Amino acid sequence: MIATLLGKKIGMTQVYDAQNVLVPVTVVEAGPCPVVQIKTVETDGYNAVQLGFGAQKAKNATKAEANHAKKAGLESTPRVLNEVRLTEAFSGKAGDVLTVAVFAEGQVVDVLGVSKGKGFQGVVKRFRVGGGPASHGSMFHRRIGSIGMRQTPGRSWKNQRMPGHMGTDNRTVQNLRVVKIIADKNLILVKGAIPGANGDDVIIRSGKKAKPAKQA
Amino acid sequence: MNPIIQEITAAQVKHKIAPFKVGDGVRVHTKVREGDKERVQIFAGVVIAHKGSGIHENFTVRRISYGEGVERVFPVNSPNLEKIEVEKEAEAGKARLFYLRDRSGKAAMAVKEKRYDASAAKA
Repeated sequence: MIATLLGKKIGMTQVYDAQNVLVPVTVVEAGPCPVVQIKTVETDGYNAVQLGFGAQKAKNATKAEANHAKKAGLESTPRVLNEVRLTEAFSGKAGDVLTVAVFAEGQVVDVLGVSKGKGFQGVVKRFRVGGGPASHGSMFHRRIGSIGMRQTPGRSWKNQRMPGHMGTDNRTVQNLRVVKIIADKNLILVKGAIPGANGDDVIIRSGKKAKPAKQA
Repeated sequence: MNPIIQEITAAQVKHKIAPFKVGDGVRVHTKVREGDKERVQIFAGVVIAHKGSGIHENFTVRRISYGEGVERVFPVNSPNLEKIEVEKEAEAGKARLFYLRDRSGKAAMAVKEKRYDASAAKA
């Protein structure tokens, strides 16, 4: 069973859970994800499946994309394709569709996405450097300060924190609880925030560090 | 707001219009769980703020308990809120009655009472 889905971040809201507690949730439209291609050790050297999500207009899909989808027996060309590595060969066939049913309410999941772009940022925002005093004529406010020592070592260390581009990074948020699943609308409500702006593509997978369910 | 999010929360919104106004004296009945037993607790006081909309809508009730001011914020749509009784209607003249915090004694709970009741006049 593959417990991974491709989806789209819809946005955040709050819902009351079974204990009448108001929980902050992110709504994710996840799946349905057709299996577009199956990779096995014999053919590709490793086991994996390629999942699709969304739909492209026929005129926008390249011939390569369209025929790749056609080969799996899909009617429309998926907008997003992503591969999921498996330890054993996938037992189903191409064209099989995964839905939110692969997850259960209360389960712990990880969400992968691309964080919001922040542009070129200074060290205070980018690396949480303290900066200098605001007043008393310090003339040293949000600057970086020293970047090294003297003749020894005579150079700046690697990974010295400096201004630069921030955001648009691949980010994974682990151990988020699935609060609710709305199967007929392909929606998953995950507790807490996830990377990216509303409308961005995300990947939901079962939590890698999730503790096994307690025996009742 | 995103229509999908609106649909998710719409089912949990109990009141389209809150059954009270800022300045009203209210008795808020809340369900309290103690172990496996559930009982109803009443918090009575003056509504001094009312903000947010939809699922986020909440209100603040202030009361003087044993000479000490106590404020509690309730989400309007919480399933733990059993009912909200309006004891005393008021004409607050302000949306936030935070000036009550600076008062003591009898004046601390004094909000101008409603002079004209439209529903009573019609009847």
